Amino acid sequence: MAVDTVPVTTTPAIRQQAPPRRSRETLTAWLFILPSLIGFLIFTAGPVVAAGVISLLNWNLFSAPTWAGLHNFARLGPDPTFWSALGNTVYFTLVSVPLTILVSLALALLLNQGLKRIAVFRSLLLLPYATITVAVAFVWIWLYIPHDGLVNTVLGWFGIDGPSWLISDTWAMPALILMSVWKSFGFGMVVFLAGLQAIPQQLYEAGRVDGTSPWNSFRHITLPMLSPALFFVVVTSVIGSFQVFDQALIMTNGGPGSRTTTLVMYIYRTGFENYDQGYAAAQSLVLFAFIVIITAGQFLFQRKLVHYDN
Amino acid sequence: MTTEIRQKLVVFTCFLVTAITLIPVVMMVLVAFQSDAESMAAKPSFWPSSWHPENLTRAFDLVPLGKYLLNTVYFAGGTTILETVTAALAAYAFARLNFPGRSWLFGIYLATLMIPSQVTLIPQFVLVAKLHGIDTWPGMILPHAFTAIGVFLLRQFFLGIPRDYEEAARLDGANRWQAFVRVIVPLAVPAIATLAVFKFIGQWNNLLWPLIISNSDATRTASVGLQVFQDTNGTQWNLLLMAATVTTIPLIVLFFLTQRWFVRGITMSGLGGR
Repeated sequence: MAVDTVPVTTTPAIRQQAPPRRSRETLTAWLFILPSLIGFLIFTAGPVVAAGVISLLNWNLFSAPTWAGLHNFARLGPDPTFWSALGNTVYFTLVSVPLTILVSLALALLLNQGLKRIAVFRSLLLLPYATITVAVAFVWIWLYIPHDGLVNTVLGWFGIDGPSWLISDTWAMPALILMSVWKSFGFGMVVFLAGLQAIPQQLYEAGRVDGTSPWNSFRHITLPMLSPALFFVVVTSVIGSFQVFDQALIMTNGGPGSRTTTLVMYIYRTGFENYDQGYAAAQSLVLFAFIVIITAGQFLFQRKLVHYDN
Repeated sequence: MTTEIRQKLVVFTCFLVTAITLIPVVMMVLVAFQSDAESMAAKPSFWPSSWHPENLTRAFDLVPLGKYLLNTVYFAGGTTILETVTAALAAYAFARLNFPGRSWLFGIYLATLMIPSQVTLIPQFVLVAKLHGIDTWPGMILPHAFTAIGVFLLRQFFLGIPRDYEEAARLDGANRWQAFVRVIVPLAVPAIATLAVFKFIGQWNNLLWPLIISNSDATRTASVGLQVFQDTNGTQWNLLLMAATVTTIPLIVLFFLTQRWFVRGITMSGLGGR
């Protein structure tokens, strides 16, 4: 009694022995997934689990590891460099993310004013985003040269005596932040531009009929309609700035003192300069925990502030 | 304010903002052409008082910059091709095929999206070291060629392709593989290209991984190479910034050629709102 009601037309001999449709689809699916899955298990999922194990070991990579239990996590408490690296990373994030968002949003609004040559300006403004961080970090060192560098020369025109940016305790971090905002605002700008262009114009026309002021239509139409894009840019920028490394390594190498040592730089130093892999793994898991907590917080916050029209 | 004045004001502001934004890029190129003395003077000058195009060949003589650039192409190109192909295959199965465990497996992929790359950095390094992969191409490329983000993005896009298109091909006797190659992939070219461009730019930029895995000119990439440049020669600004310019230009050219996809990809993925 044939369970399969589909008439078999070609190569009946093979068809009869083939497994039923459902398990064939399962087999096909696994064949499609396999190349990605093998790589994913070996190089992503496996290492995540391994990071947990390594964080429980004393290990310098060269001699056999010994069991450390939670000792590596306990070491974090009395380690001033860890706390200052965490503080620096939080400082960087708290200043650079809002600043990047403001600049991206302002430029997206400017470009969205019915400009004819919008594509030209958009491309040119995206240029910093398309440069190599390491390469432009060197340019910024040059721009920040104390006394006569371009940044201080321009400040001088306004009668301001500029600081010795990258070697100043106070100004090294703001200098890094300024460079980072310059490097990354383009991405947010494109996302916001896409969002702005998706807002139906009738909404604004209706507002105009009611005599709504530009500020009020921005607050009550643009911002709510743009909130999904804003949320996306905030989440990705926060995750990105918690992982800041390249520009800090090149421009300040974490200094002066440890004023610009970020968490990732400290993990790199611990693991690959001091060969203290267990401790570095513990730090990376704490960084992970921070990112999860902050992202989860943002998702909770999102329910209140982000408007999706379903 | 009349519309005309307003329009002029907008254009003027755009010019001003763009000009300020481009200063660092322009300076990189200008200093690259200055003489040694001028670029290293205590008081930096901005416009070169004499032009030195020979700085280009000098930069290439000082460090094997050509080799570094080629290495960067291998590294970025290799990771991009592997990631795009494997992600497209897996995304197709997650979007279109039914199999037991599909949702939990996809859930595991999704969960790893939030993990910062630093968590996997140390185990990946240990793994590559154990397999004698330090300073080899497999060691450089493989750990960065399989990420969940590609699978996630392409699955999103495949879900949006009407099932009818594929069903029509299936009724004509195409098997799953043929339907994927002849129907789904051609329709998904913009999304696949967007993923490829994102990935390529990201890996061209990658500093941390090549810094750890590559320890000779055989695999050293340009972003690591620029650092060596500074270490071995002090800060000879004109040659360093010439090297930086040469390293950045391919990326800028690629970016301008593919920007339409890039911008469209952002719009299409629904990130901009609706």
